[in-house]
Amino acid sequence: MSNQSSQAEIVRNSLNRRYRKERRFRLYGMLAIFIALAALATLFVDIIYKGHSGFVKTTITLDVPLDPEMMYLDDPTDADQLSMADFVAPIIAALQEHIPEAETAGQKRELGRLLGSYAASEVRDLLENNPDLLGTTQTIEFLAHDRVSTYVKHADNPRYSIKLSEQQQRWVDQLLEKGVIDTSFNDVLFSRGDSREPANAGILGAIVGSLLTMLVTLAIAFPVGIAAAVYLEEFAPQNKFTDFIEVNINNLAAVPSIIFGLLGLAVFIGLFGMPRSVPVVGGMVLALMTLPTIIISSRAAIKSVPPSIREAAEGVGASKMQVVLHHVIPLAMPGMLTGSIIGMAQALGETAPLLLIGMVAFIVDVPGGFFDSATVLPVQIYLWASASEQGFVELASAGIMVLLTFMISMNALAIWLRKRLERRW
Amino acid sequence: MIKLKAALTTVALAGSIAAVSTPAMARDTINIVGSSTVYPFATVVAERFGRNTDFPTPKLESTGSGGGLKLFCEGVGTQHPDITNASRRMKPGEFENCQSNGVEKITEVRIGADGIVIANSKDAEKLDLTLEQVFLALAKEVPNPDGGDELVANPYMKWSDIDSSLPDYEISVMGPPPTSGTRDAFVEIAMQGGCKQYDFIKKMDKSDMKSVCHAMREDGPFIEAGENDNLIVQRLAQDPETLGIFGYSFLMENSGQIQATSINGVEPTPEAISSEEYPVARSLWFYIKNAHVGVVPGIEEYVAEFTSEGAWGDNGYLVDVGLIPLPRDQRMKIAKRVKDLEPMTGKEL
Repeated sequence: MSNQSSQAEIVRNSLNRRYRKERRFRLYGMLAIFIALAALATLFVDIIYKGHSGFVKTTITLDVPLDPEMMYLDDPTDADQLSMADFVAPIIAALQEHIPEAETAGQKRELGRLLGSYAASEVRDLLENNPDLLGTTQTIEFLAHDRVSTYVKHADNPRYSIKLSEQQQRWVDQLLEKGVIDTSFNDVLFSRGDSREPANAGILGAIVGSLLTMLVTLAIAFPVGIAAAVYLEEFAPQNKFTDFIEVNINNLAAVPSIIFGLLGLAVFIGLFGMPRSVPVVGGMVLALMTLPTIIISSRAAIKSVPPSIREAAEGVGASKMQVVLHHVIPLAMPGMLTGSIIGMAQALGETAPLLLIGMVAFIVDVPGGFFDSATVLPVQIYLWASASEQGFVELASAGIMVLLTFMISMNALAIWLRKRLERRW
Repeated sequence: MIKLKAALTTVALAGSIAAVSTPAMARDTINIVGSSTVYPFATVVAERFGRNTDFPTPKLESTGSGGGLKLFCEGVGTQHPDITNASRRMKPGEFENCQSNGVEKITEVRIGADGIVIANSKDAEKLDLTLEQVFLALAKEVPNPDGGDELVANPYMKWSDIDSSLPDYEISVMGPPPTSGTRDAFVEIAMQGGCKQYDFIKKMDKSDMKSVCHAMREDGPFIEAGENDNLIVQRLAQDPETLGIFGYSFLMENSGQIQATSINGVEPTPEAISSEEYPVARSLWFYIKNAHVGVVPGIEEYVAEFTSEGAWGDNGYLVDVGLIPLPRDQRMKIAKRVKDLEPMTGKEL
């Protein structure tokens, strides 16, 4: 009796200590979650803080006199005349309307530098496509030079250095007051390919490149991955050889992605002679990388289909193939899809293997097909982040936001599919 | 169920088509590889070329000079690049490699120059250093100051320790990280140039000499800055006793705040750099695969754009991005050679 009560005494005495221990344990867990969330929040805040201005463009709207004499152009349908014509002069004349003090050649030059280098070709394209406009005055919205854009957006931010001369700054202030220089939503970002000028650079080329690459990856990795998983899970005999394959698939999932790039370089480009920098090769390399992920998750999904379903189907006389096609695959599909989408999301963010097959490149034209040179979103972000012009800093962060949006929507799709198709037993 | 099967079949079919179909070998986009130093100039030309002509915009990969020449020399055929950029001249070995792989006719184009400057704040005293002093200030191991042909860990902490005529403050130099091309060039031209002033080092075999000359000190006086140039300028402006190493174009952009140190008595002016009188200067090049001209459309026109006065001339748009133009008579000669696609003989290297 006394022995029992003393044991209860021991337990009671240690109770507080044990409670404290548990509280500490919970606290560690909460702390871990807090650290993870804080890291994520810092990342997001930093990216949004740096990148939000990337979604804003600076424009200069001018009434441009398309005066034939000023441009040395009297027939815009003549290619020779077009190539010799001066399209900068009317733009400077239009600017002088607002800044009459700019008279010397040097001042005019500085005035012209308020606009990006695309301005002259915009005037040329306009005249080439509408020769009737010669001699009229047209209101055209030009993109401002990167330096003007930086000044307008970040004049007070010490992280940016203003590279306009004092004279130019004064002019920009005047033009801002008159409403000639204005800021608006940066549609250029979503409608053009890369450029060396931040104002003209867009992410559309990279988005299309990513889509094309992902399509190839999906078209290869999904059917192959699922076929492999179904065979290994449902039909393959259990022996040393299949064990060996299984071990290798698991190992393959952990192979660094750059290795797949080397493989792609040696096999697809070296052996098969496929071109560099094209989405087909990129997609094939990423498919190899994604395959193990899809196989492993698909096998897990197939395994989780309860044996009772198989047995019931076999019981009513279904063949093995009917069991698999009619019952196992449909029931395992949500898991397979989830695995595939997560694998694809991983592939979407990959740059290392693409470096070796030449997809890290300066490509201006938006790719039109699987055999056109292309880059992908993360590569575009990398290229912008390492460029020296200040305007690319905000574009890189804006690009990250676009990439994250794609990732989040892919993961959301995976969750939605799982929720919708999932069946519980 | 049927839908699912149909979907699976479609996906599988698409997969097999993508995997089997052979690539169309003809290519209408110029492929350019090579130096990261030339990349900013070449991309500007490529973009203008694409915008102002009916040809597609050339594709540019920044692979480094060596990597570019390797790809370039792999063979003739549209899977190989048409042009490679280089921030140094082709080496004889690379030329032979090209020849043995069937890339026989190559046109060499020298496009301009690039200089690496050592600068400090305008508030500070303007310095004049020799390459030897630069080497002594920044190398990991230097010849024993007490004499003799042996190397000791760098003992110099103040500039005045190296030479009493130099200012009496701590050596503190910010430079680019090893990933940077500027760092490579600085090490190869400035450090090696200073180091070869010592006969016993010059007599070492090549790899030993390189390991001595190319090792930057790691005990503090040399500060590896990131690639963020603006940060270096801010630091230099704040601290007049710090020096910075960067490309000439950057000095040009920030000439209001910083001044260049003259090396061996020569100021880094565009003229001195393009004539290579300024010691830490290098030429920039690109190489054309003549066999591809006429096969891949637009190569001649792209090269003509690059070598036009509007681009590489004294007031060309490449000067705005920091290229140091060649003297006009040289430009004219090179432009003519390029127009005729005069191949290299291999003897000029």
